[in-house]
Amino acid sequence: MIPLLSSIIFLPLVGVLLVALTPSRLDKCIKYTGLLITGLGLLLSIYLVMCFDKTKSSMQFVEYCPWLTGLNISYHLGVDGLSLALIFLTALLGFIACLASLNIQEKVKEYFIFYFLLMVGMFGTFMALDLMLFYIFWETVLIPMYFLIGIWGGPRREYAAVKFFLYTLAGSVLMLLSILTVYFLAQPHTFDILKLSSVGFDPHWQMVLFLGFFVAFAVKVPLFPFHTWLPDAHVEAPTPVSVLLAGVLLKMGGYGIFRICLPFFKDAAHNLAPALAIFAVINIVYGACVAMAQTDFKKMVAYSSVSHMGFVILGVAALNSTGFNGAVLEMFNHGIITGGMFLMVGVLYDRAHTRDLSQFGGLSSSMPFYAFCLTFLSLASLGLPGLSGFVGEFLSLVGAFGHYPWLVVLAAIGLIVGVAYFLYMLQRVLLGTLNPKCVSYGDMTALDLISVVPLIIITFIVGFYPQIVLTFQQVTINGIAHLF
Amino acid sequence: MNIAHYIPLFPFLAFVINIFMGRRLKVASAYVSIAACVLAFIFSLLVFQGFSAGQGSYSLGTWLVINGKSLNFGVIVDPLTIMMLLIVTFIGCFILIYSIGYMHDDPRFSRYFAYISLFMSSMLGLVLADNFILLLIFWEGVGLCSYLLIAFWYERPAAAAAGLKAFITTRIGDTGFLVGILILFFACGTFHFTDLKSVTGPESLLTLAAILIFTGAMGKSAQFPLHVWLPDAMEGPTAVSALIHAATMVAAGVYLVARCFPLFSAHPMALQTVAVIGGISALMAATIATVNNDIKRVLAYSTISQLGLMMLGLGVGGLSAGTFHLMTHAFFKALLFLCAGSVIHAVGTQDIQKMGGLLSKMKITGATFCIGTLALAGVPPFAGFWSKDEILLTAWNNHHPILFVVALLTSFLTAFYMARLIFLVLFGSARSQLHAHESPLTMTIPLMVLSVFAAFAGFIGAPIKEVGMEAHGGSFLIMAISTVVSLTGLGLAYLLYIRRIVLIPVSSVSGLHNLLVNKYYIDEIYDYVLIKPCLRLCQGSFVFDAKIVDGLVNAMASITQFFSGLLRKTQTGLIQNYLFVQILSLVLLLIWLLKI
Repeated sequence: MIPLLSSIIFLPLVGVLLVALTPSRLDKCIKYTGLLITGLGLLLSIYLVMCFDKTKSSMQFVEYCPWLTGLNISYHLGVDGLSLALIFLTALLGFIACLASLNIQEKVKEYFIFYFLLMVGMFGTFMALDLMLFYIFWETVLIPMYFLIGIWGGPRREYAAVKFFLYTLAGSVLMLLSILTVYFLAQPHTFDILKLSSVGFDPHWQMVLFLGFFVAFAVKVPLFPFHTWLPDAHVEAPTPVSVLLAGVLLKMGGYGIFRICLPFFKDAAHNLAPALAIFAVINIVYGACVAMAQTDFKKMVAYSSVSHMGFVILGVAALNSTGFNGAVLEMFNHGIITGGMFLMVGVLYDRAHTRDLSQFGGLSSSMPFYAFCLTFLSLASLGLPGLSGFVGEFLSLVGAFGHYPWLVVLAAIGLIVGVAYFLYMLQRVLLGTLNPKCVSYGDMTALDLISVVPLIIITFIVGFYPQIVLTFQQVTINGIAHLF
Repeated sequence: MNIAHYIPLFPFLAFVINIFMGRRLKVASAYVSIAACVLAFIFSLLVFQGFSAGQGSYSLGTWLVINGKSLNFGVIVDPLTIMMLLIVTFIGCFILIYSIGYMHDDPRFSRYFAYISLFMSSMLGLVLADNFILLLIFWEGVGLCSYLLIAFWYERPAAAAAGLKAFITTRIGDTGFLVGILILFFACGTFHFTDLKSVTGPESLLTLAAILIFTGAMGKSAQFPLHVWLPDAMEGPTAVSALIHAATMVAAGVYLVARCFPLFSAHPMALQTVAVIGGISALMAATIATVNNDIKRVLAYSTISQLGLMMLGLGVGGLSAGTFHLMTHAFFKALLFLCAGSVIHAVGTQDIQKMGGLLSKMKITGATFCIGTLALAGVPPFAGFWSKDEILLTAWNNHHPILFVVALLTSFLTAFYMARLIFLVLFGSARSQLHAHESPLTMTIPLMVLSVFAAFAGFIGAPIKEVGMEAHGGSFLIMAISTVVSLTGLGLAYLLYIRRIVLIPVSSVSGLHNLLVNKYYIDEIYDYVLIKPCLRLCQGSFVFDAKIVDGLVNAMASITQFFSGLLRKTQTGLIQNYLFVQILSLVLLLIWLLKI
């Protein structure tokens, strides 16, 4: 039998090999290889979803193989309800961002090599069940991302890439120290995530270790005050990289919290939950306020991510199944919606070569498809009930309401600002009389539509019938919630 | 057979067809929407029939599981829902027919019918939802359609701004609504309407929940202090104003209160709040309407005022009175807006000071306009009289003398401003060059049909009867008082605007006049107290983010760079320097060691 998870992880490595062997002048060929590989990855992940047993709370598709036996490091992979949706999200956005990458003109070969390496890292992070393996995949993501921003980015790409790299690395160092401490504290010494989940560390250590891991994850989420790398990275990154950054990379933080922080350090989680809730609400309200003040389209969407990821942390802080389900669902939904939003920003940028919101106006008249897609995704993003953004946020709010009613009220008020900046953006971009500068912009091309429409359909379906996603995660998430 | 849940699907299908194939369908997109609406109406009638045969609410499956409790795709079928279904589909049909004529040369004709079908679908879903969360979904759905239709002529900056204002203002109310739902859920563990009869929990918490749920209704039904969006919403096409901003969507707030009536009536504080807010809105909007010169805005303020009256009716305990007025108001206010649309269509202006004498040129529009006015003014035997009388009666019987007077004063003002409106528009002589002509049949037939209902719907009687509220005493006296008050209002307007008798010189009340013309300066106050500080806060947080939060990050980098810059100086690359330091260190080390 073919190991399914390994195939998903290492399929992009085949892509690296193929692309490396293709001469760089055949850039079309390279791009089609990219589509082929990411498309295959998407099919494999759909197959994974179909084979997944929703009723089991244990790990499925487990692959285990001792690796560095002296240190008890093993090659251990598995999927459960927590990671399944994120793996599907990675595969889907990987394919869609690859479609958007067809516009890349420079250094196509190098671009796709880094792109594939990024995919390896992302898949691996969500599947690894060994802390060392997890750490390796986690860092694997960092390097291609650094180059993708630093080489194919906008005018301030070097600043943004270095900032992204150093910021996340600083977090990772703390994580590495914590991983080593965990290893030595556990008897017998192990890096196995499943075994470590049932160790039950000393309460004093728990606090330190929780924070050690948490800071690394908080940088990725990103949680206030560790978020300032995000707007810079987004603004400079090329469109497909932004899609993956917002859609997948931010989820690695949330995933880490669920996979490591919560099951390893239950007591610490209990003690720190109120603080998390406060930071979550700061994220929601503050992110929305800063987004409101933006004139740069992409920066606005970046800050809206900060605001939305606050709901993930709020759901975590709830420490109950409703909040957890909300947080995990919100991660999936945010990936879909904000991925789509960044594609929309990219579509406009390709035509206008500016992201300044004051340079548009009245695009509804000349770009009806664009107007429809942008309006739809904005509504989903501002949390319109009936679309997917609402469900995750709502569950987070319900989950947290029992513990922190006042914070939930504040978060709900923050949502009003969320409505305001999205509608204000729509007003500046789509409504009003057509800006003379924008007369020549063509509507979305077939390629643009092919990449955005699937995201819109998912947003609609999940919003209307959230059980479709929730059933996959419920059993696992309720299991985690049961620990508290 | 349970068929109620098919009702919203027809308009939704029409929406899908029109949004994707509208450009090819052209005028046919209107027929698609109308056909869907007629089917929805027929199904509503079937549900009505089935209900008398004893079929009620049912569930279609699980939507979400929250805290171990499952939340259903539930459909509620009761007299209130059936009444709303019939109103929405029936009036909707005629407004759609009217729209064919009204929108005939609009470049986005099919888009218009797509949006309005989506609206119908959401509105029908709203009244069928059997729990708060499902209701909230459709609640936001109608809000979205309202936004899209207000900003339908988005090239006009005023329309775009009005859409934004409507969405955000109602969203403020909805935030309260959401929190209210959460409190209710945590206090008694249910989202379902049918459980409201038997909820028990901490008194103060449930009162708070009810009041917060009411803030949602305040936003949607444009009640003070969240009423500011409705007059601006008149930027949308007039047929939209008739359907959404007069007959149906804005009544959703009243529907919500009626739907949660068991919760409100069990908590007197909450009920009192509903009544007081309703009373304030009724009186405030009616006074503003007396001086406004925009034909649609007068009607918009009138809508706020009448919705206030419905809230007042519910708030004094009159479930039947409030919902009865909702029904009659839907007919005559839709009629009035359609008449106004017909007038605007003909003369191309909304300023009533420029109109006059239109009755002779537009006979059908004029006559139906008059019927609508009499119905709204509460002159017997027109529809408004009966329902308003119920409200007055309930207020009186349930011992709310102040609210009774407020309602009476509102009726007086209503009669006055409506009479002023038709006298200035239809009677007298034209005050500017107008080339008025009667509107096409697609527009006048709906007017005629609706005017029949505006005249006689009162005889249907209150569709929802509550137990123990049947026996009314002294109703003839109140009928007489209300009739006299209405006629006085009409008479006063006659003296002022037909006979042109100056009772009080305007200069002597210029302060009051200014206050009313400027709508009590509420928009300005909001701008100054809420919007500007909020924007400043946002701007401030951005500066804080860039300078302080990110500044610290960059400062760390700079500090590191600074020290590494210092250290770099030691790396001169000159072998002599390195040797010198080595020897110096060696010497210092020796001295230190020898000393010990």
